[in-house]
Amino acid sequence: MSKKNYKLEAKSLNAYYGNFHALKDINIAMEEKAVTAFIGPSGCGKSTFLRTLNRMNDYIDGFRVEGEILLDNRDIYGKDVRVDELRKEVGMVFQKPNPFPKTIFENVVYGLRIQGIKDKRVLAETAETSLRQTALWDEVKDKLDKSALALSGGQQQRLCIARALAISPSVILMDEPTSALDPISTAKIEELIYELKKDYTIVIVTHNMQQAGRVSDQTAFFYMGELVEFSKTKIMFTSPKHERTQNYITGRFG
Amino acid sequence: MTNSELNRLKDKAFQGFGIFCTLIGLVVLAIFLLNILIDGLGRIDWNFLNNLPSRRAERAGIYTAWIGTLWVLVLSSLIAFPLGISAGIYLEEYGKKNRLASFLEVNISNLAGVPSIIYGLLGLEIFARMMALGGSLLAGSLTLALLVLPIIIVTTRESIKAVPRSIRDASYALGASKWQTTWYQVLPASFGGILTGVILALSRAVGEAAPLIVIGALAYVPFAPSSPMDEFTVLPIQIFNWISRPQAAFATNAAAAIIILLFITFMLNGIAVYLRNKWQKKVKW
Repeated sequence: MSKKNYKLEAKSLNAYYGNFHALKDINIAMEEKAVTAFIGPSGCGKSTFLRTLNRMNDYIDGFRVEGEILLDNRDIYGKDVRVDELRKEVGMVFQKPNPFPKTIFENVVYGLRIQGIKDKRVLAETAETSLRQTALWDEVKDKLDKSALALSGGQQQRLCIARALAISPSVILMDEPTSALDPISTAKIEELIYELKKDYTIVIVTHNMQQAGRVSDQTAFFYMGELVEFSKTKIMFTSPKHERTQNYITGRFG
Repeated sequence: MTNSELNRLKDKAFQGFGIFCTLIGLVVLAIFLLNILIDGLGRIDWNFLNNLPSRRAERAGIYTAWIGTLWVLVLSSLIAFPLGISAGIYLEEYGKKNRLASFLEVNISNLAGVPSIIYGLLGLEIFARMMALGGSLLAGSLTLALLVLPIIIVTTRESIKAVPRSIRDASYALGASKWQTTWYQVLPASFGGILTGVILALSRAVGEAAPLIVIGALAYVPFAPSSPMDEFTVLPIQIFNWISRPQAAFATNAAAAIIILLFITFMLNGIAVYLRNKWQKKVKW
């Protein structure tokens, strides 16, 4: 047992797509109720690593992992772990807003519906709470029965976050959640992340250095499938230990 | 003549040729339809639809034939619909993408191109003889269901493939199982396309005579079928039968029956187009 109780931990994690070695001996420990940012050039493995945290890569043919990922000290790749239970605990928000072609209400309560919850009051209350958490309630409360696809991109992304919150996870994974959004919508999402970290552990992949600097407490720099450097964001951005980290952060390559 | 003038001339020439090519099929079809309508429209009345077949042309009707066609339509869709859609879902969502899968894929496409009379022979051997169904409605419907199955599988796969990966990801990430994702997200989003494919496949089946003649469907059936085990006839067989008679009055009957058959296929196609438009408007990404 580690001295400190980490929320998420990877121990000697290796991942492969067929013969391609995508993640090389990753060791990392993320604190509870903090924001961890993953940065690095395209193809460095940061998204792959993020997707191993809720086992989204399970359906990809030829993908396999070695080593351990511990969520609350329990290996999520263990034999007794059910993937659907894991994903209730670890929610995810994607790069491009991907609401279902259904009403706003049905989008938010989808996670509850598939758990078999039918109680109308529970559904309505959860929908309102989740939409309030993402500051979307006032904007959509009069059109809950309208198609989610009619919302703007930024609203859609906040709806996707609300949808993830509705099944009360403790961890939220975000895969470049603002890369498809305009600056104003991006600012709203960043504000939201700041609010959410009071209750949730957040892991965010981003290509935007300023964003990593603004929203995260810790930053991990990945390069060619390896975790090059992991430290407090302030330290990483002011005095990085490795030259490669510095070069990437300052924009000399990427 | 300058070069650019020549180019413009070529352009014009091809345009004209293109219009000619497009029209040639339409014109032939129009002439055919006009002919049939002139020959047969006067013959269609309540009695024609309600009379049993007869040796006397003016008393003969298509009651047994269109009831038979309706039976075959319903039975073969009941058989082919669940089988084809399930197979399509399995191949697209569950099946691993390996050699066996691509082997199956190629062969299903091949099956869609097999002549219908071959299916008739298959139906004769398996359904009519081995399962001892004889020339019954059930044997005929099973045969036609086999005939349209590859088309339904292929269109189901195409429609399912068109549903973006991101929708599946969103569903999985919320803890949904593969089946829940398929049932709540993929199928509703692709249902319009699937239904269109199924209806078009059925409208093909409705026009088939050859495979049914092979399994032993009769040209003359004195009564309309009342159960799947009864003997039957269908419109195309009735038409074929009348056309082959020497008397002119039967040719008129055949023309009238062709109008009814065309009406049924146009209706089916119309429904398919309507459903496609309706669902396409509803689902946009």
